[in-house]
Amino acid sequence: MSMRNLAVIGALAAGFVLLVFVPSFANGYQLSLAINIMNYTVLATAWTLFSGPTRYVSLATVAFFGIGAYTVAVLGEELAWPLVLLIAFALGFALSLIVGLSTLRLSGVYFVIFTFGLAELVRQLVTWYEVNITRTLGRYIFIDITHAQIYWQLLALAVIVFGSGWLIQRSKLGLALRVIGDDEAVARHVGINTTTAKVVLFAFSASFMTLAGAIMAPRWTYIDPAIAFNPVVSFQVLIMALLGGVHRLYGPVFGVIPLAMLFEILLARFPNHFSILVGIAFLLIVYAIPRGIVGLIEGAQLSLRRTKGAKA
Amino acid sequence: MSAALLSVSGLTRRFGGLVAVDQVTLEVRSGEIVGLLGPNGSGKTTVLNLISGALRADAGSILLRGRALEKLPAFRIAREGVARTFQLVRVLGSMTCKENVIAGLAFGAKSRWGREADLAAHELLVRVGLAARADVMTSELTYIDQKRLELARALAMQPELLLLDEWLAGLNPTELREGIALVRSLRAEGRTILMVEHVMDAIRSLCDRCYVMNAGKKIAEGTPKQVLADPEVIRAYLGDADA
Repeated sequence: MSMRNLAVIGALAAGFVLLVFVPSFANGYQLSLAINIMNYTVLATAWTLFSGPTRYVSLATVAFFGIGAYTVAVLGEELAWPLVLLIAFALGFALSLIVGLSTLRLSGVYFVIFTFGLAELVRQLVTWYEVNITRTLGRYIFIDITHAQIYWQLLALAVIVFGSGWLIQRSKLGLALRVIGDDEAVARHVGINTTTAKVVLFAFSASFMTLAGAIMAPRWTYIDPAIAFNPVVSFQVLIMALLGGVHRLYGPVFGVIPLAMLFEILLARFPNHFSILVGIAFLLIVYAIPRGIVGLIEGAQLSLRRTKGAKA
Repeated sequence: MSAALLSVSGLTRRFGGLVAVDQVTLEVRSGEIVGLLGPNGSGKTTVLNLISGALRADAGSILLRGRALEKLPAFRIAREGVARTFQLVRVLGSMTCKENVIAGLAFGAKSRWGREADLAAHELLVRVGLAARADVMTSELTYIDQKRLELARALAMQPELLLLDEWLAGLNPTELREGIALVRSLRAEGRTILMVEHVMDAIRSLCDRCYVMNAGKKIAEGTPKQVLADPEVIRAYLGDADA
């Protein structure tokens, strides 16, 4: 193993230990911000796992996130917590398989629209069920889980997401998805079962999102479909991933941290103009840094190396 | 003469009212280089698309060593041993040359991965003359190098049948000479090739046999010399003498 790899592993381990101890020195507000950042890190990285290499832009993030939250709202007080998480994961996986098999034949803008429609459909279905069958629109979640525990669970999930992403990138599946992202026709003609590859990864990505929703649910004591399936979440995840850069696994983190803070400030200062300001941020990002912050850094490094090379 | 590796019979494909491929029957024997000729729009590329599974045939059968291909999806046909290049060269733009070749190595019937794939990729890049460009992004390649790379990716699949769609088109005279030499060296390895081609020099010097198509139909078959002298073929390319 080279010195550089050792240094990277050391830095990652040190960073992880530091993150583990955040709840012991953060105050309530800071911890809540940390939970927010960790949640969006999981969501944006899980999103990038699938959408990064394949370039299939999904707006269904909140559909899976909300299903996780609702699993907890319905079963949270009945079953042991790990079992609830397991069920949430399984539900997310099952739904994403169905969605994947029926939609991943679509490409480009049709896929985007479908995923957005899917999130709305799930929200309407849950609303309909709650109004007509259970006759209540909202649900209370009383589960004995502290904010620090929520934070640690999200941190653990983030580690799992990064770990699986790292393994996938090194696997044949990872290469298959990059080939698909570049040219789907070529992918088929080199023997890639494009549908299976896309569906499998979409399902993993979606299950992680579902878990994030389940872990986050106890943070709200009250949820209703409008909260759990808020479409703004899907857009925020997308814009964070784009700002960070989707061609690297760690890219989204660089978008999550500044934007989570920005949204926090915007919500506190300009609650009535929040959507407009988020929209403007979205436009600026897409126009100014299409390859994201990581792409910007890499571009700068490359041109630096080139000028050095030219001088030498 | 060895038995047919590929036998196509009654192959038909319509696009709306147009019959792009009309009852085409052809055969490729093991170790042969067979040319598929014809004026623009005569259905040659459609035939390759049907064999490789990019398009589904409306009628007819396609057998590779007796196994039916006509109902299989493209990725299965690829794993059965059919590799192809594209009329408009298609390399994977976000990857290096080596990664492009590994894409061909990793998913076929004789899948190779890891160190084994790295070595094989290097060999293939040497084979097509791109060894020095292994870590270069494909977007930086010249046109001929992109074509070489596409060929390396197809060869990486160790295909029983290689489909070349105007692989020699658009090359300058020097490149063309290199290209012909490369294809000829594939024949020396015992590869079986079905190639759509317009470049007459290439057809004369490479092909054992040719089929000529016009308006979706097969109009001639035989050695290059025979078909190029066939009055019907001349009429297809140049029109009637009194026209």
